Amino acid sequence: MPEKTMRDAINEALHQAMTEDDSVFVIGEDVAGCQGAEGETGSVGGVFGVTGGIYNKWPDRCIDTPISESAIVGAAAGAALVGMRPVAEIMFADFIGVCMDQIINQMGKFRYMFGGKSKCPAVIRFASGGGFSAAGQHSQAMYQVMTSFPGLKVVIPSNAYDAKGLMLTAIQDDDPVLFFEPKVLYQETAEVPDEMYTIPFGEANFVREGDDVTVVAFGQMVPKAAAAIDALADEGISCDLIDPRTSSPLDTGAILESVEATGRLVVVDEAPPRCGLTADIAGLAADKAFKSLKGPIKQVCAPHSPTPFAPELEAAYIPDAGKITAAIKETLA
Amino acid sequence: MAIPKEKLLQAYRMMKTIREFEERVNAEIMNGQIAGFTHLYTGQEANAVGVCEHLTDADTIISTHRGHGHCIAKGADVIGMMKELFGSSAGLCKGKGGSMHVADVDKGILGANGIVAGGPPISVGSALAAKIRGDNHVAVSFSGDGSVNQGTCFEAMNMAVVLNVPAIFVIENNYYSEHTSINYAVGCDDLKARTEAFGFPVFVADGSDFFAVYEAAGKAIEHARAGNGPAGVFAEQGRYHGHFVGDPQSYRGEGELDELREKYDPLKNFRAKMAETGEVSGEELDAVDAEVLALIDQAVEEAKAAPRPTAEEVTQDVYINYA
Ligand SMILES: Cc1ncc(C[n+]2csc(CCOP(=O)(O)OP(=O)(O)O)c2C)c(N)n1
Ligand SMILES: [Mg+2]
Repeated sequence: MPEKTMRDAINEALHQAMTEDDSVFVIGEDVAGCQGAEGETGSVGGVFGVTGGIYNKWPDRCIDTPISESAIVGAAAGAALVGMRPVAEIMFADFIGVCMDQIINQMGKFRYMFGGKSKCPAVIRFASGGGFSAAGQHSQAMYQVMTSFPGLKVVIPSNAYDAKGLMLTAIQDDDPVLFFEPKVLYQETAEVPDEMYTIPFGEANFVREGDDVTVVAFGQMVPKAAAAIDALADEGISCDLIDPRTSSPLDTGAILESVEATGRLVVVDEAPPRCGLTADIAGLAADKAFKSLKGPIKQVCAPHSPTPFAPELEAAYIPDAGKITAAIKETLA
Repeated sequence: MAIPKEKLLQAYRMMKTIREFEERVNAEIMNGQIAGFTHLYTGQEANAVGVCEHLTDADTIISTHRGHGHCIAKGADVIGMMKELFGSSAGLCKGKGGSMHVADVDKGILGANGIVAGGPPISVGSALAAKIRGDNHVAVSFSGDGSVNQGTCFEAMNMAVVLNVPAIFVIENNYYSEHTSINYAVGCDDLKARTEAFGFPVFVADGSDFFAVYEAAGKAIEHARAGNGPAGVFAEQGRYHGHFVGDPQSYRGEGELDELREKYDPLKNFRAKMAETGEVSGEELDAVDAEVLALIDQAVEEAKAAPRPTAEEVTQDVYINYA
């Protein structure tokens, strides 16, 4: 099977969805690029390169916008409400701050407020998370915040294979989907089939299977958790590593089943702790699997602070394999 | 409007400082010394300096992602800035903010800003404070040709008129927002007219000409200081580098950059003007150049030797006191 980067895997999903379905279009800042300029229109393909080649095939369905995030999300929501399947790009997840209303009060609530009589099959893509020394306004995960809003589906791929399948599901899904691409993983490769395939939402992936501890991790924390777990094999410790892949819907069944079997839980995420996914899943286990627990639940996440700029500070901020290892051992102590 | 010689030398010194700062930052990024996303201001020096030479420490500016020039022109400590870009705990922002968040509130620098058009609303707040306090301070926000299309920018412009506050909106047209031309992203043909339609005067200047910007900004600032409400400055001038360091710049036309550097260099133009009027001699400007180069060398040297932040600093300064 061919190896592809996460960037290329998502790009391929977009090309295939657009080939199949004329109602799919992409919209965002520089998704084509060079509009109005002397350079070749379409030669940019998104600042992270995810929408490359789309303008060349479908100039009418690859829509560059001014820097106007509220209008981008609103336009996607409106087009979806009348039957299109837009895939909008909001360059950095942090810019949700600019277009929050259109996401949470508008597209996320149409169906409920309209008595179940509407569909809004829009996908909004975001480059998410830390790892580039990009400081406080270009490094946030943000998906944990958006998970708290009913009506929105939230996807966080951790590898190229999942990214393609989840993107194809997102485009077909009739609800609004927020698709968070951990930007440190764009260059990471995996085996990705050329043909189209989908991965259902709300179905966790068991990245590792083991007996002693359940580790749940999201996005860029999944490969770090896998590295920590693999290193512990020498010490005779084996873990389940669960990648929920979507935080909304969340595969609570898989998590609880694993916790019931291991009796120990570590939850890992790159976002700060308060009202985040680690607290959410720790709460779920405490509520629903308390009797199975043999030790304290451990949360590994960033501290309650914005993302710092200096590389040393960011390295201390984002959880690493060492912190995950320490937490796994603490649950066993 | 004769400008005193000291002021002329100071304006040149500031422009040269910005130029050399940016060129060294570019080199140090290539050397792997500076992390993160960095946007250089080279070529646009006359905008920042032409505006900020009218301001005191009590006046405020708020900048953009392309903020080094504005901050230097408003009097930021250049060595502290360089340390910040290097991520040192001795940097202007203790290594927490980096290039996109250089700030010094005591000097009226309310920060570079990583969010496009994050600044104008904040600047209206600073202008409102000046109005309520009854002092004659002004608040300047810088916006690019892309930034002006953001809702926050429209809201700030309208509200500044409604509240009749001394907010100055400086629009820097460098023709592109990332990889998109102003010809595409600004829907109307006349951005100046669109801006004036909010209800305040906009003064236009050739952004490669310090004297033109200085004059236009002077009118705008005078208008606002006199209690007449907001005003705008519209300056056109291309940037010499990519949008960010590493940008392949596929949007440029052939020869575009050469022409910019050749014909529209604020520093060259300043020197030519001085040669013409004789107000400042070439030797005097050479002396400034030497002074600036020494300062930038010193800044880089100190930044390289400056203390590195430690892990416990991550959670400091989230709040003033969170007991
Ligand atoms: C809200 C938001 N949207 C998008 C971006 C990404 N971005 C950074 S700079 C920029 C272009 C800004 O263009 P302009 O205002 O003309 O300023 P210039 O870069 O030309 O100085 C974009 C799109 C951002 N930082 N913030
Ligand atoms: Mg611009």
